This record gives sequence, structure tokens and C-alpha cells, in this order.
Amino acid sequence: MKIAVPVKFVPDLVEEITVDPSGVSLDTSWLRLVINEFDDHAVEQAILLKEKNGGQVSVLAAEAEGIDDFLFASAAKGADQLIKLTGDFSTANNHALARTFAEVLRELKPDLILTGVQAHNDLDGSIGPLLAEYLGMPYVGYVAGVTSTSDKVIARKEYSGGLVAEVEVNLPAVLGVQAAEKPPRYVAYSKIRQVMSTAKIEGRAIANLDVSGGIAISRLFQPEVAQKATMLEGSPIDIAEKLIGIIKELGTL
Amino acid sequence: MEITLSPLSSTISKSFVQNLYKLEDGERVKTCLQCGTCSGVCPFGYLMKYPPGKIIGATRADIFEQVLKTDTVWMCVSCNACATFCPSQIPITAVLMTRTKEEMLLAGNIPSELQSALENTQRYGNPLGESPRKRADWTAGIQPEVNLLAKTRQPVDVLWFVGDYASYHLRMQSATKAFAKIMNLLGVKYGILGPEEYSDGDSQRMAGERGLFEMMAQKNGQVFRKYKFQEIITTDPHAYNALKNEYPALGVSYPVRHYTQFLVEHLGEIKPLLKKEIKARIAYHDPCYLGRVNGIFDEPRNLLAAIPGVELVEMSHQRLNSLCCGGGGGGMWLDGFQWEKAHARLSEWRVREAVAAQADILAVACPYEPPRFEDAVKTVQAASRLKIKEIAELLAESMDI
Amino acid sequence: MSQDVFVVIEHLRGQVSDTSYVMLAGARHLSQTFGGNVTAVLLGHNAQSLTGNLAADKVLYVDHAALADFTSDGYLRVLTELVKEQSPRAVILGHSSIGMDIASVLSAKLGLPIVSSCRNFTAEGKFVSQICGGKIMAEGDIPAPCALITMVPGGYKAEAGQSTQPPAVTTVPAPSLDGLRLAVKKYIEPDTSDVDIAKEKMLVSVGRGIQNKDNIELANELAAALGCVVSASRPVVDQGWMPTTRLVGKSGKKVKPKVYLALGISGAPEHVEGMGDSEVIVAVNTDANAPIFNIAKYGTTTDMFDLIPALIEKAKQSK
Repeated sequence: MKIAVPVKFVPDLVEEITVDPSGVSLDTSWLRLVINEFDDHAVEQAILLKEKNGGQVSVLAAEAEGIDDFLFASAAKGADQLIKLTGDFSTANNHALARTFAEVLRELKPDLILTGVQAHNDLDGSIGPLLAEYLGMPYVGYVAGVTSTSDKVIARKEYSGGLVAEVEVNLPAVLGVQAAEKPPRYVAYSKIRQVMSTAKIEGRAIANLDVSGGIAISRLFQPEVAQKATMLEGSPIDIAEKLIGIIKELGTL
Repeated sequence: MEITLSPLSSTISKSFVQNLYKLEDGERVKTCLQCGTCSGVCPFGYLMKYPPGKIIGATRADIFEQVLKTDTVWMCVSCNACATFCPSQIPITAVLMTRTKEEMLLAGNIPSELQSALENTQRYGNPLGESPRKRADWTAGIQPEVNLLAKTRQPVDVLWFVGDYASYHLRMQSATKAFAKIMNLLGVKYGILGPEEYSDGDSQRMAGERGLFEMMAQKNGQVFRKYKFQEIITTDPHAYNALKNEYPALGVSYPVRHYTQFLVEHLGEIKPLLKKEIKARIAYHDPCYLGRVNGIFDEPRNLLAAIPGVELVEMSHQRLNSLCCGGGGGGMWLDGFQWEKAHARLSEWRVREAVAAQADILAVACPYEPPRFEDAVKTVQAASRLKIKEIAELLAESMDI
Repeated sequence: MSQDVFVVIEHLRGQVSDTSYVMLAGARHLSQTFGGNVTAVLLGHNAQSLTGNLAADKVLYVDHAALADFTSDGYLRVLTELVKEQSPRAVILGHSSIGMDIASVLSAKLGLPIVSSCRNFTAEGKFVSQICGGKIMAEGDIPAPCALITMVPGGYKAEAGQSTQPPAVTTVPAPSLDGLRLAVKKYIEPDTSDVDIAKEKMLVSVGRGIQNKDNIELANELAAALGCVVSASRPVVDQGWMPTTRLVGKSGKKVKPKVYLALGISGAPEHVEGMGDSEVIVAVNTDANAPIFNIAKYGTTTDMFDLIPALIEKAKQSK
């Protein structure tokens, strides 16, 4: 089975995320980019399927700082093909990225496309389902396990509360990965260095970006953060009432 | 913590052993007497399916791959007790245990706690996963301001290599600040690298990540070359070990001392500044990489003895046979794994020894120890009143700064 | 072309999701700007009874055997036609396993712009979305003539989307649902014998302050009343009062629940490493200087043994 995994890098939340003076974009001076956690799981799930059933895994990414290291690490884990989209992605939104991935994927003709179910900086939908529609493929998201049968795949789709649905999907298909069956494996740094001399990253220059389907932001801002906890006062019953009210509002009760 | 072991080829035995012999003093493995001293003195030897001596036995019997199928080697805390007491002077820790861990890592067999520490080191230059920008945040509020070399770019006498836990760990920051204040009081011309400093990488090296260690050494080397200083002082015995014994082979070579050696040199100036009495029985814990591995036993004790009111007591494991706190060789990031196996912590054992020696304070000189021992004090009932203090904290307290 | 706001109702095994009610409440707020109706869209099979308490001006109900289970293909066939025909001003879907399977596909299929992670709307009818783990909020206009919106809970109370007056239901015939490219084969119930605390949206977590094994029962009762489970910090697990699978911290699991209720936990770095990313931390600790209060959103120094029974009572009352 030929599996393709399009991934994207997102702002690393370990750093302070702030808004730049324009008020509509993030301040990039200290912004560190890191792999979208769910995409990391998608790569792992692809490698697990390859280990079980054989086949080929291609990892695709738009160029960004640190992308090469990530692609090489994927190769060290077992990915066969590394594709880097080159060009100016500064104005790219998910629609543009999905369209660009779709162009390359139409050439690659994979049987299965795995990608992270979402990314924390998604503002105009998520890449997986957009890609599915551009390629005319079925889509299942929140997938936490994939088994392949003779001509289809069974995706374990997660609902809240731990309920899982086993969904049989015709191929070719796009699955939005929530979690791989095993956590992303470790690659020793010396192995990555070794792979750097043997693996090749194919560059594909992109044409113009088509961002239609996205939305314009009029304002980005940081929510007010209290420095210390808001202390609740009163009798235990008063406090209990306030707390239950807070919990209900958050939607978890 | 589960490790899934993938099938490993049986040809690994031969190549592994050949490669061992190529390491420094590696040929000594051939002279192993199978006396069992290493396994006996190993603090977790009783739990390992293949304690050090048996690993050597397995290589001789050509069944080394059996060792790799167990998770034995992750119990090794790289304390060097085995190597220290081996009658054939085989550098067991550095050669055998570290190389075995390297093989485990290459095979992808690694407890997940350790995995995050290594991935964090790769990504952020520190195992805690903290932003490198915040590495000098601990300096806030100290007057005169701690000299950040990137800002001032002045030549200094001392480059203070602070280290990961000393910079980021909330508990350790008070010890780091204490040392900064002492240096300020003594008028030492020093500077720190702050956000430019990378992890020394020594514990990651001992946990099997040779490649990562070399990357850290290279990056630190590049930063060192930017500045002018006479020597490096560090408050971290693991950094001390790396800078003194490992970095030179990678082309990064500077004179380096542990802060206790540095302060002892200034004992004449320090003594009159120790105004406040600290009336306490203090047991000093010899950190593995300061004491056993690098032979520094007296200087820390001399500093403590100089504090008025202090009565130094010794614990049953001391100096050369000091008991590891359990943090080395990856142990700092394997607590869950070790607990599952042992249901005993080396740090708790050590804390009980301090109590048995009737100590009021357990004095330490390594940034792994205060968090580990303070954690242990929480679960060892008899130790509830034992205080854990870095030597710098005690000196600062006595200096009233 | 209308100014109506559509809400795609989510339901699974006979239960309407809380998010659905939150979306209805949001839709009501938004419709104040647009001036149209709030129309709930319910797809299913023999599911009409689920429309009873939806706070909507009307319900468009589509019934078909192939809609008995949620599938992206099934819902998309129906919604594509419905949205094209009805041309609402906005279509709100849940930012969930159901909504996220279809929202972006609809955007690509119909060429409609889509807004993600919307938390609430402003009085001027702008959307406010939360991204980057809640660290950044994005505000903007909802593009005309029609936009898709996925909503997250937190901006509106579910009660505001519930009504005692059943809305008028119009049955809409389903289009052909032959040849769907996917099918649900079976459901697997959550394994309650093996709780994965990392998957919970809320946790009642106990630390040394719980004092002894018997008191864990109290924590269990509270968790049951709140519909969640108990997790613990290391001293509790070390003592054997809770299994290791419930350990939160550096040597245990890393959790990011929406609500983390920390009872008698001091907040040492090793524990914070495992739960610091929780969305809302509520800390209960008699020590006002406990470091946990530096990362908690709400706190109290009330003795937890007084608070827990009160919480259990209030939780039961609110169900």
C-alpha cells in the first residue's frame, strides 16, 4: 500500500506567542516552529502500517525552518520518500496548503493519505478534510488506529467519552489522525545524522497560492491572563456552588 | 513503563564486542575475572537480569543479544561504582553500560519518559523542554546584575557554566541565585551565557545518546569561542565531568573547576564573611561525578566545616563508595520506570542514611539532588524534618546575603 | 438566500451532544445581528424525538436508514443539497468528531469560507475564535453570503440552547444515499476497567493532602458525581492508594483536560510537568503559598474534606 503523509509545522507553544504591531498576525521574532503533534502521530501510524503490511511511505511538507531535520528523522523511522514544497508560504492558509498538497498527491496516487486531524493554529478548517474533497476521496477524522483489509481500511474513529466506531472506508481515502496506535518512536540523533547522507529530499516548487475559502481576521489578541488564581471565598457550600457553575460553563459536566 | 523490544539480529554480539575493544581502555573487558564485585556494588544490581558482570559474561558466551531483549540496562544510573571497584579496572560504566544503552536507543527501545528528555534536548537545548530564551530568567532581581556575556561582551576571568536544572528548575534557582550572590560579594569578574548556553549533554551521553551529546558539545564550543575568559567554573558536576573529561576530545578544551574547588581557593576571604551561625549537624552527600569519578571529596567538606556552628557527620556510604541519588545515566528521567521495577528509590535510601547519621541537614553539591532528595523526604516518614541544602545556599545563609 | 443561521445537531446513540446546545445558544446570539431564524438541522433515523428540547425557531429533519449512524459521506450528501437549496447566512457545526468530519469538506465542495474554533460571537456579529492552545484569540467578520463555522464549548451555557417548547419540525426528504464510500461496522464501548486519564476532559486529582487510602473513596464519589475519574500525584501512587495508570506528572502521564481539579496537591514542578497545560486548573489546598496557586485559574484554601461533600451535593443537584 502506498501511504502519503502531508504534514505542517505550527508555532511552538513553549515560547510566548504574541501579536505583532499590525494586530492581525503573530509576532515572528521569537516564534519557534515545531511539527504539528497530530501530524507526528500520522507519520508514526504510516510507519506502523508499513511495518505490518509492507508498502511505501511518503512524507510531504511545505518548507519552513526545521523541516529538513524533521523529514530526515521521518526517513530514519522508515519513510521512503521525502518531498519538500518550496516557495513563499507566508500568506498560506489551510485551503492554500491543501490545494498545493493535492497537486502533488494527484501525481503520487497514494492508496491512503494520513494527516493530523487538526492543528492548534487552524483558523480556516483543517487540511485533512479539505484535501479529501480536492482529491475526491472519502474522509474520516479523529482516527486512533488503522487496519488494512484486502481492498479497504478500517479506521477506529474516536468519539468523546471513549466510544469508538470501527468505520470501513473505501480506498483511496484520507484519514485525520488523532493518535497513532503507538506513541511516535524515538530516533537516536546519530541515526538522523547518518540518514542525512543517504536520504534525499525532493524539492517541488509551487505555483501561486490560492487562499480562497479562508477568512480575514480583523484582530488577533491575547486573552487576559490572571497572574495568580482567583481565590474563591465563602462557606464550603458557597464555594461548591461557584465551582459547579464554573465547571458547567466549561462544558465538562 | 513498557518497552517493546523489536527483534534484533544475532550478529550484533560480535560487532558490539569488537567495537567495545576500540574504546578507551576497552580492551580491559577481556581481563574480567567474573568476580561479581561490579554486580554486588551496583545499587540496582540485585534487580537487573543482567548486572554488569553478567553482561560481560553474556558477551563472552556470544549471547549479548539476550541482554538487549531485557530492559535491565535502563536501571543503570551510571554512578560508576562498578568501574571504581573493579579489580581489573575495566571502565564498565563508560564502555559497557553506555554502549549497551546506545544499542538500545538505536533499536528504538526506550522508556517514554527518557524519550521526552532526549527530544527536548534536541529541540530546546535542555531536557526540561523549557524555552532557551528563559534560561537566564533566574537572574531577575539580583544586584549587581549578573553579567550576560552576550549583552556586555567584556572579557571576564570566569565563565560560569550554569547548567540545565540550575537554570530552570524552580527549586534549584534559589541555589543558583545564592552562588551568584557569593560571586558578587567576592567581587569575582564572571559572566554567564544565558540563552546561548546549551545542555552540557553528559547525562544524555550516559543514557546512550552519543550523537546528541556531540551536537551539544559542538554548539557549546561555538559559543565559548565567542568570548574571552580564563577558566570555566560550574555548579554542576555532570557539566564539570563533560567539560573536563569529554569535551577536549571533541576539540573543546578549557580549564574547568567545580565551584567548590573555586571557593576553597578563596576560603581566606570567605571565612570572615561567614557571620551567621548555622547550628546543625550536616551530612554531606558526595555526588557521583564530583566524588567517585573525579576525586573531589575534601573541598566541599572544607567549605561546610568553615561555617560557624556546623558539625559535620558522615553517612555510612561516603566518599568513594557514596550512594548515588539515582539521577545519573538517564535516571533523572526514568523515575517511573525505576519505581515500577524496584519500589525503592536510591534517593530514599540515601535520605534514610542521613537520618541514621542524625543529620539535621543533608548538604549537596549537584543540581539533580535537591529535587530528588526533597521528593524522597516527602515519602520517608522518618525524614520529615531533614532539610536539603546546596553548599552555596548554606554559605549564602551564613554570609547573610 | 436567507439570514437564517443553521445549526447541525450532533447526536450519538440517542443522545444530543452538549456542544449542540452550545451551538444553538451561539446561533441565537448571532441571529440577533443577522435578523433571521435559528434553524436546527437534525439528520438521523427514527430520531425525531431528539428535536423536543432544541432551542430553535424550527427544525429541518431528514430521516433515512443510512443516517442511523453518523458517517461523513451520509451527512455530506444531505447537507450539500440542503445548504445549496436553503442558502442560509451561516452554518454552525461542532468542533468535534462529528462536525470536523464534514465542515471543511463542505467548505471545499461549496466554495464557502469556514471559520474554525469559534468560541462566541460579539454583539456586532463578529466571530471570536480561540487558537494556539487558547493563547491567542482571533476576531473577524463572518463573510457573506454564507459561511461555515465550527464551534467549541466555553462561550455559551448549554442550558441557553435548551427549550421547554418543542420547535416546529419540517421533514425534508433525503437525497439518494446509495453508494456511500464508508460504513460503520461496529461500536466499541469504552473499556472502563482501564481508564486512560489522558483522554478525560475533566479530572479530580488528589495529592498528599488526601492523607490516607480511605479518603480516596471520597474522591471517587466526587468524580462519579462529576462524571469523570480520579488521578493522582506521585506520593499517592507510591503509597499504593491509586494504580500507576492514574499517575499525573513527570514520571506518569501528561494530561491536558479542560478542567483539572487539584485536591491537596502542592504543585511541585514534577507534577506540573504532567498537568500544566490543562485549560482550567482549580486548586484546593490549605496552604495559601502552595505553588499550585501560581498556575491555577481558581483556588481556595478551604479544607478539602469540607469542600468535597459540598461539591458532590451541588454536582448531583445540577444534573
